[in-house]
Amino acid sequence: MRFARRLGAVPSAIVLLAAVAAAFAPALFSSADPLRGDLTKRLLPPGDGHLLGTDELGRDVLSRVVHGSAPSLQAAVIAVGIAVVVGSAIGLVAGNARGRLDDLVMRAVEVLLAVPSFLLVLVVVAVLGPGTREVAVAVGVSAAAVFSRIMRAEVIRVRGSGYVEAAAVCGTGRPTVLLTHVLPNAAGPLAALATLELGNAVLTVAAVSFLGFGAPPPTPEWGSLIAAGRPFLASAWWLTTVPGLVIVTVVLAVNHLGHVLRTRSERR
Amino acid sequence: MTRFVARRLTQAAAVVLAAYTLTFAAFNVLPADPVRIMMGPENGVDKARVAALRAEYGLDRPAVERYLDGLLGALRGDLGTSFQTGRNVGATIAEAAPRTLALAGGALLVALPLGFLIAWSAAYTRQLWLRRLLGALPGLSLSVPTFWLGLVLLQAFSFGLPLFPARGEDGLAGLVLPAVTLAVPSSAFVAQVLLERLTAEMRQPYVDTARAKGASRARAVTAHALRNAAMPALTMIALLVGWLVSGSVVVETVFARNGLGRLIESAVTTRDLPMLQGLVVVATAVVTLLTLVVDVAYPLVDPRLRERAA
Repeated sequence: MRFARRLGAVPSAIVLLAAVAAAFAPALFSSADPLRGDLTKRLLPPGDGHLLGTDELGRDVLSRVVHGSAPSLQAAVIAVGIAVVVGSAIGLVAGNARGRLDDLVMRAVEVLLAVPSFLLVLVVVAVLGPGTREVAVAVGVSAAAVFSRIMRAEVIRVRGSGYVEAAAVCGTGRPTVLLTHVLPNAAGPLAALATLELGNAVLTVAAVSFLGFGAPPPTPEWGSLIAAGRPFLASAWWLTTVPGLVIVTVVLAVNHLGHVLRTRSERR
Repeated sequence: MTRFVARRLTQAAAVVLAAYTLTFAAFNVLPADPVRIMMGPENGVDKARVAALRAEYGLDRPAVERYLDGLLGALRGDLGTSFQTGRNVGATIAEAAPRTLALAGGALLVALPLGFLIAWSAAYTRQLWLRRLLGALPGLSLSVPTFWLGLVLLQAFSFGLPLFPARGEDGLAGLVLPAVTLAVPSSAFVAQVLLERLTAEMRQPYVDTARAKGASRARAVTAHALRNAAMPALTMIALLVGWLVSGSVVVETVFARNGLGRLIESAVTTRDLPMLQGLVVVATAVVTLLTLVVDVAYPLVDPRLRERAA
């Protein structure tokens, strides 16, 4: 345990870097074609030639998982991006406005939080239709409420501090104060929350894709890979086990980094 | 107290009304159009077919009229008619609810004791490695996709060792694997919240006082710290229930159980908007009502709050 702590965030960072590298340059990890299979080599167990076996169409599982990194991570990153931008904009405005506008906005946020989050994601998916980008928007919108709360709390905390008052007294305009003084000071907790939310987003995106609302079939996504392996649960374990373990590893790494970030921002 | 309850009830009603309005807006206000959503973006738009669908479901009426009609119906307990099956939405939900209740109940039956046990042991032990291990456990299980966990359990205990049926439809044996699947993240959730509170309480001077007066460590944790820590953890119940609803979607899909989660999944697949709207309203009402009950019960359980309220 102490050893693990001394290593700190290094192993998690390596895992995350590898996942990102797989998204940008899948050829680094696997030279096989993720879409073209060899029907004479169907459902081969992990071994020579195909390190992690082949699926029911003879496609290389390692290659499909590696190529699945791009759509899966992309969706999660876009989702968190949307959540951070939309959420903090709402929080910034509400925290700054006070009074009735603040009340109204925070009530609306409360409503969004009262709907079970995955149900909210699926409602947006039903409106937008299936697809990687649509899923990303759905997950982002449903996560935005949490960010607006944190942002609002930070704005209210920072608003009373001396330097904000000083800036206001110096005649700095309110938008400038918000952007140059309030926003940077709220960045720490937001970054920590964003990292933790990224792990959640990877899981939610995978779940939506597992249900069949992600990218259409030949595209390998981690969630849909697991769904495709379901009929072969009893005969070809590697089809579901490999992408599942990949998701767990990536989410663990992201959450660990988020935890480190949070501990640091709390210590400050 | 009565005024407090009345005010909270009004607020809860407003939240449910807002959830209804938001889903209606999402499905009906520009650029969304129910017929377009139902036909899907991938299909070419056949004007005659669109018009026929519109007339069939009464969607040719103005949105405001449909909204008010739907709202009046909902107030009378009529949530409308499913596009897909033509059956009453409320009746369909009521029919599926018991299976999800059994699943959620089974999951809680495992998750609550397990979560308490993990948090209690982590607070009790003086072995640093064990405390760290137990403290890391919730984060670890929350990093596992629930649907995949279900598949792994199926693989191990249904196909590997034929202990349980692969389809969790009826009977107690079929309930075990889905309930355990849902219980793992739920217990992690409970343990996480409770452990955080418990760790804070253990640093309080009253724990030292209790120990100094001769209480064993186990008693100090159970009778003193846990009592104080469990109360704030109570407020998480509504969140937990919302979580169970979310989790039931994938768990019921994996184990082919026809409950609310399955209903949600199929409503999204077939773009059955009245059904989906009904499900959102019911789920939100349940979560909001639970929050209300906890809020009202809280001062009754915690004497400190009672004094402040009086």
